Amino acid sequence: MDIFGIPPQAFLGQLMLGLVNGSFYAMLSLGLAVIFGLLGIVNFAHGALYMIGAYVAYLSFEKLGLNYWAALVIAPLVVGALGALIERTLLKPLYRIDPIYSLLLTFGLALIAEGLFRDQFGVSGQQYAVPEALQGATNLGFMVLPNYRAWVVVASLTICLGTWFLIEKTRLGATLRAGTENPKLVQAFGINVPLMVTLTYAGGAALAALAGVLAAPVIQITPLMGSNLIIVVFAVVVIGGMGSILGSIVTGVMLGLVEGLTKVFYPEASNIVVFVIMAIVLMVRPAGLFGKEK
Amino acid sequence: MALSTRGGARLAWGAVFVLLALAPFIGVYPVFAMTALCFAIFACAFNLLLGFTGLLSFGHAAFMGSAAYATGWLVRSAGWPPEAGVLAGMAIAGVLGLVVGLIAIRRQGIYFAMITLAMAQMIYFVCLQAPFTGGEDGLQGVPRGKLFGLIPLDSDLVLYYVVLAVFVAVFLAIIRIVHSPYGQVLKAIRENEPRAISLGYDVDRYKLLAFVLSTAIAGLAGSLKTLVLGFATLSDVHWSLSGEVVLMTLLGGLATFAGPVIGAFVIIGLQNFLADRVGSWVTVIIGAIFVVCVLAFRRGIVGELLAWRQRRASR
Amino acid sequence: MKLNRLTAASMLAATTMLGATAPAQAQISGDVIKIGIITDMSSVYADLDGQGGVEAIKMAIADAGGTIAGKKVEVLFADHQNKADVAAAKAREWFDTQGLDMLIGGTNSGTALAMSKVAAEKKKPLLVVGAASSALTNDQCTPYTVHWAYDTVALAKGTGNAVVKAGGKSWYFLTADYAFGAALQNDTSTVVKAAGGTVVGSVKVPLNASDFSSFLLQAQSSKAQILGLANAGGDTINSIKAANEFGVTKTMKLAGLLVFINDIHSLGLKTTQGMYLTDSWYWNQNAETRAWARRFFEKMKRMPSSLQAADYSATAQYLAAVKATGSDDADKVLAQMRKTKINDVFAKGGFIRDDGRMVHDMYLMQVKTPEQSTEPWDYYNVVETFKGEAAWQTKADTKCPLWK
Repeated sequence: MDIFGIPPQAFLGQLMLGLVNGSFYAMLSLGLAVIFGLLGIVNFAHGALYMIGAYVAYLSFEKLGLNYWAALVIAPLVVGALGALIERTLLKPLYRIDPIYSLLLTFGLALIAEGLFRDQFGVSGQQYAVPEALQGATNLGFMVLPNYRAWVVVASLTICLGTWFLIEKTRLGATLRAGTENPKLVQAFGINVPLMVTLTYAGGAALAALAGVLAAPVIQITPLMGSNLIIVVFAVVVIGGMGSILGSIVTGVMLGLVEGLTKVFYPEASNIVVFVIMAIVLMVRPAGLFGKEK
Repeated sequence: MALSTRGGARLAWGAVFVLLALAPFIGVYPVFAMTALCFAIFACAFNLLLGFTGLLSFGHAAFMGSAAYATGWLVRSAGWPPEAGVLAGMAIAGVLGLVVGLIAIRRQGIYFAMITLAMAQMIYFVCLQAPFTGGEDGLQGVPRGKLFGLIPLDSDLVLYYVVLAVFVAVFLAIIRIVHSPYGQVLKAIRENEPRAISLGYDVDRYKLLAFVLSTAIAGLAGSLKTLVLGFATLSDVHWSLSGEVVLMTLLGGLATFAGPVIGAFVIIGLQNFLADRVGSWVTVIIGAIFVVCVLAFRRGIVGELLAWRQRRASR
Repeated sequence: MKLNRLTAASMLAATTMLGATAPAQAQISGDVIKIGIITDMSSVYADLDGQGGVEAIKMAIADAGGTIAGKKVEVLFADHQNKADVAAAKAREWFDTQGLDMLIGGTNSGTALAMSKVAAEKKKPLLVVGAASSALTNDQCTPYTVHWAYDTVALAKGTGNAVVKAGGKSWYFLTADYAFGAALQNDTSTVVKAAGGTVVGSVKVPLNASDFSSFLLQAQSSKAQILGLANAGGDTINSIKAANEFGVTKTMKLAGLLVFINDIHSLGLKTTQGMYLTDSWYWNQNAETRAWARRFFEKMKRMPSSLQAADYSATAQYLAAVKATGSDDADKVLAQMRKTKINDVFAKGGFIRDDGRMVHDMYLMQVKTPEQSTEPWDYYNVVETFKGEAAWQTKADTKCPLWK
């Protein structure tokens, strides 16, 4: 029983893999959307932060013998701190001028990070072992799914929805949103807005690092892993609507699925399908699917 | 000052021209110099868009690279003469620019930049997959042919002067465009778009034309480079090249004429000098220059020089 | 913005700086013999050739005495990062400005094909060691390119035939998406079909891909018996690992079409035991190879791959030819090399054919089980030897105009 001439195994299998990829897209675009939606910064360094998160996991295992579960906590903390440092020293001076400059600055930072890690580790990539509890695979009938990939889907969707909830539905989130829309007023209420901004950027960076740790056992850890993904993630955020957090989560997952489908029917196009969708969405709804016209 | 500014400037520019003209004879490797000139053309084209119109295109390499591939294929596989191949490359880059521009012009600022980046990435993947580009292997073995059927370009020296002539022509053309009434409108759009609209200008059309001009000249740079090196590869359409041209323009000085040329020369020279010595650190250094420029050196080399001169004159 | 003096002065400065950093014009390498190697030093193929290849060349220079016909011998090396444009530009620059006498082509067929064109234009010898594509001595042959170690035809005839004979009739290819992968898939398909097998399908994978899962899924759904890995180095290692992870190895057998001893070392004997592979040289074959390998091991702390041995051989033979003719003129030296039989640690009774192919024995080997292996790096049993011309492209099939 074939679906459009393709056996159901291949079809469902690619969709499943697409879901896994989609979870990564969702997590990464979430961090980007948080930083852009709340701070107006296009964080080109996001891919580099993701990469650094993966390397922190790798190094904490190689040098300190710490396992995967520890890395899930350490990497976001380390990279979050790095993010806070970057925001404090490099990004703060740029808020008063054209946002293009913060884009260019983060681009430069991404290059520095990539170059440093490339010098240290080469391009070929390091392997990171799947933690024991998640090893093995389950035979789903239409494909054999490694357990770890199932975990990735569950973990990232939980984190994404949790973050969305935090920002949109809680008091802290409301304060955050208010502080970035009208900083002076919120400052007048006694809330330390600059600190909030720093912590928001750090939070976005931590999310990226978390995605990096989740990705580490699946793909090779290489200095290029961030730059390979970042442009797709940007496209996801643009499609979803640049300020919309829910938009980026939904679009990320959907895009993973669409890419998986494309791989079944027309594999050569799987790389460009996201950009084609972006072009179409922009023609029809310039603000993105969930975005609001500013 | 003993010499009037005009005369002094003429002298200085004369010296530059002489230096460039004599470069192969004072020991500069012509292929390297030609590559640098091509990137200078690319940076000047980019500056027309960013410096003079205020639009940041973050995917400009796609246009340079597409023209590079187009010219390469036409000259190698379709047997076209070099001048036709280059013109065709320019035209193709311009048409691509029109298509991308139509999609992107609707949005401004950051959104515009993001859209151009994504569109450029799409072009990259098309180039990767398309059979005629040779994918990872690149389009190799492009002959130089005879210019206008008369002048054989195989000699590095001859080609160098052709490229130099094109460079000078482009440089002067951009000056012309910027100083023209059209250029004045672009400047107005860059400084205060809402006011330009309120004055009745069809702003989108002006911006689109600037975009197409910029991409066509970028294409010219790419086509020339294919003739010089004899191949076109994926590096020519990769987004890292798009980032580099931004840096060249920023470092040299936005909205100046000599700025992008100087920026291009500095970056190309730096890369060439460092590549064998420090390996991956070239990327780090480029990134560091980016960061420093954005934080403390936004006017770029020429911009800072002009500002310094301004300060001196007003004392 | 006015064009003023200051702007012009800064232009002048930049131009001068450009000139200062530019490579200088051709110096005649009258008194130095310069050998260059452009290979992958940092990416997916770095272990197979890379720095070890440079060391092997240095060993050859040292063994030849360091000076030939009164001239010092120098070695230059560069990393092409698997980019054809970097390789071609570097090769051209070395020929034009460094007076390079001989270029050795490292891994990656795309770069080798690009450098082959440059070498032909500059009329200087290119000895290709690392790259595999048979096109180098076929439709893209030139009088200046010699393909030294192995090529995709030999790999196909070796491993392809062996696997089909062992029962693997239906094939699905996982192919690295560039010149090498395409050539390997092509040549192996020809061999498989000639031996009575079928090719069910194939999928192209980007070089140095990070995630093979979706490609393996496609392979699995093809229901072929054999998964032919038309890739090399890091890509082969990762695809084998992923195939194990996704249970592909339960329904298909893996055929590594290009595998080096470094890959076996990375994967371990448990995963790779019983695998067939075709190679041009193995360090543990006889006393001479062992002795040379141990010298290499002292420097690099790992056993040499066949490519590194080939680097040594190519350099040594070139220098011997220079000595014999007393000149570094490319045409004279190449003519001398074509006249001379090659007998060194890499090949016995080897010779250079008109199409540029260096003809020598190839070996079909099988990976030992962990129990059979007596020391680290002792990984292979030699199953079959293809003597002389048996492994290579035949005159009947060739498209090279130089070989008639």
